[in-house]
Amino acid sequence: MPELTTILFYIFAFITVGFAIIVVSTKNVMYSAVSLFMSLFGIAALFLLLRADFLALTQVMVYIGGILVLLIFGIMLTTKITDAEIKTNNLSYIPAAFFTTGIFVILIFVLYTTKWNQKTPIQNEETISQIGKALLSSYVLPFEIASIVLLVALVGAIMFSRKK
Amino acid sequence: MDNFITSLLGENILTFVLVTVPVIAFVAVFALYAVLGERKISAWMQNRVGPNRVGKGGVLQTIIDGLKLIQKEFVSPIRADKYIFNLAPIIVFTAAFMGFAVIPFSSIFIGADLNLGLFYFFAITSLGVIGLMIAGWSSNNKYSLYGAVRSVSQIVSYEIPTALAAIPVVMLAGSLSMQTIIHEQAGGILNWYIFGGPGAISKLILFPFMLTSAVILFISTLAETNRTPFDIVEADSEIVAGVHIEYSGMKFAMFFFAEYAQMFAVAAIVSTLFLGGWQSPFGDLIPFLNNPWIQFGWAISKGLLLVFVQIWLRWTLPRLRVDQLMTVCWKFLIPITLIDLFIIGLYAVL
Repeated sequence: MPELTTILFYIFAFITVGFAIIVVSTKNVMYSAVSLFMSLFGIAALFLLLRADFLALTQVMVYIGGILVLLIFGIMLTTKITDAEIKTNNLSYIPAAFFTTGIFVILIFVLYTTKWNQKTPIQNEETISQIGKALLSSYVLPFEIASIVLLVALVGAIMFSRKK
Repeated sequence: MDNFITSLLGENILTFVLVTVPVIAFVAVFALYAVLGERKISAWMQNRVGPNRVGKGGVLQTIIDGLKLIQKEFVSPIRADKYIFNLAPIIVFTAAFMGFAVIPFSSIFIGADLNLGLFYFFAITSLGVIGLMIAGWSSNNKYSLYGAVRSVSQIVSYEIPTALAAIPVVMLAGSLSMQTIIHEQAGGILNWYIFGGPGAISKLILFPFMLTSAVILFISTLAETNRTPFDIVEADSEIVAGVHIEYSGMKFAMFFFAEYAQMFAVAAIVSTLFLGGWQSPFGDLIPFLNNPWIQFGWAISKGLLLVFVQIWLRWTLPRLRVDQLMTVCWKFLIPITLIDLFIIGLYAVL
C-alpha cells in the first residue's frame, strides 16, 4: 500500500494534466475555461502537497479568483464566440513530432543527470511570516518594482477607460 | 477535538470525515431554518403572518418545500450548455461550503486551524463567482447573462474592501489563524476587536477605527453574498432572477442553500474577527461560561445575531442601482478602509 500523499499526488497530477489536455484540445472556448479552472485547482493542490500553503492559496486567489474570472468575463461579453471555428487540427505532424520528441528527450536527460538538491521536509513551519520577512528584507527591490509596475498598470487602465 | 478522535480511532481519514459531518449537518439544518426564519421575520416586519400551515406555526414549512424540490424533474433548457449548466450549482455550493473548514465553533472544534485561515476563507469564497458566471452563461438567457456580468463586477469589486477591512485585525493579532485571533480577544466584551482589542490605550485610540472597519466588513460581506441592498445580481424587478432563471428543482435548491450557507459563513467571519468568536462576553467573571461546550453556543448565537441583522436589512432597505453600488464601493468604502488601515498600522508599528 503506497503512502496517502503519493496516492493524492497522482490523483491531483492526473487532474492537472488531464484537464490541461482538454484546455488545448476542445473546440468550445467555455469548456477550455472551465477545464482551466480544474487544472489550476489541481496545481494548487500539488503546491499544498509540497507544504507550500501560501503559494497554493495565492494560486487559487490570483489565478482562479482573478485571471480566470477575467477570462470568462471576456468570453461572456464577446458575442458569438462559441460559434467561431477554433482550429485545433494539426497541420504539420512531422515538424511537431520532431520538436516535441526533441524537447522530451532533453527534459528526460536533464531530469536524470542533474544532482537535485534534496532536503528533508520541514514539518508545519509557518510559511507566511518567513515570506513576509524575506519580501521586506532581501527581496525588497523586486517587491517594490513589482508594486510600481502594478500601479502603472492601474493608472494606465484608468486612462484608457476614461475616453477623453 | 481532532486529536481526541484520531487517538480513539487510530485513523486519519476517518477523523476528517467525522469532523466534517457535524458541520454539514449544522449547515443543512441552519439553511432550512434560516429560510423559514427569513420568511417569518419578513412577515413580522410587514405585519403579516408568514408560513403557518405546515406544523405548528409553520415550523415544518421548509422541510416540505425541500421535499417538493427533490421530487421535481431535472429540467434544462434545450439551448443551454448541459455540462456547464449542471456543473455550476455544484461549484457554487462547494465554494460556499469549503469556507466552513476554517470557521471556529469552539476552542476545541474547528475544521482546520490553518496558519492562513483568513486568507484561505477569502481565496475559497472567491471561487463562488466562477460558478455564478458559468451558470449565467450556460443558461443561454439574456437575463441570466446580465446577472452573471453584474455578479462579477459586484463580487470582484467588493473583495477589496472586505480584505482591507479584515487586515487591521490581522495586524493587531499578528496572525491569520482564526483560533489565534479569537484567543487574542480573551477577557470579556471590552477586549473584542470591535472595541479596539485588549489594552486600555488601544481601546481609547482605536475604538472608532475598529468600529468603522467592522461595519465596513459587514457591509462588504453583505455584497459578497448578494444580499439586499446589494442583490442586483438577482434583482427580480430588473432581470427577473438573474443567474437562477433557468434552474429548477434541486439545482435551484443548491443555489439557495449555498446563499444561506454563505450568509452564516460571513457572519461567523465578522464575529470571529470583531466580536470575539466563541469567547464569552463576560470573560473571567463567570468562568463557567467559557466552558468549551458552551463556546459552541456563543459562536453560533453571535453568528445567528448577525444573520438576523442581514435579514433585517434585506426587508428594510431598497436595492441599490448598479452605478450607486460601484460608487459605494470605490468612492466610500475603499478610501475609508485605507485610512483605517493606515492609522491602525501606524499604531501597530509604534
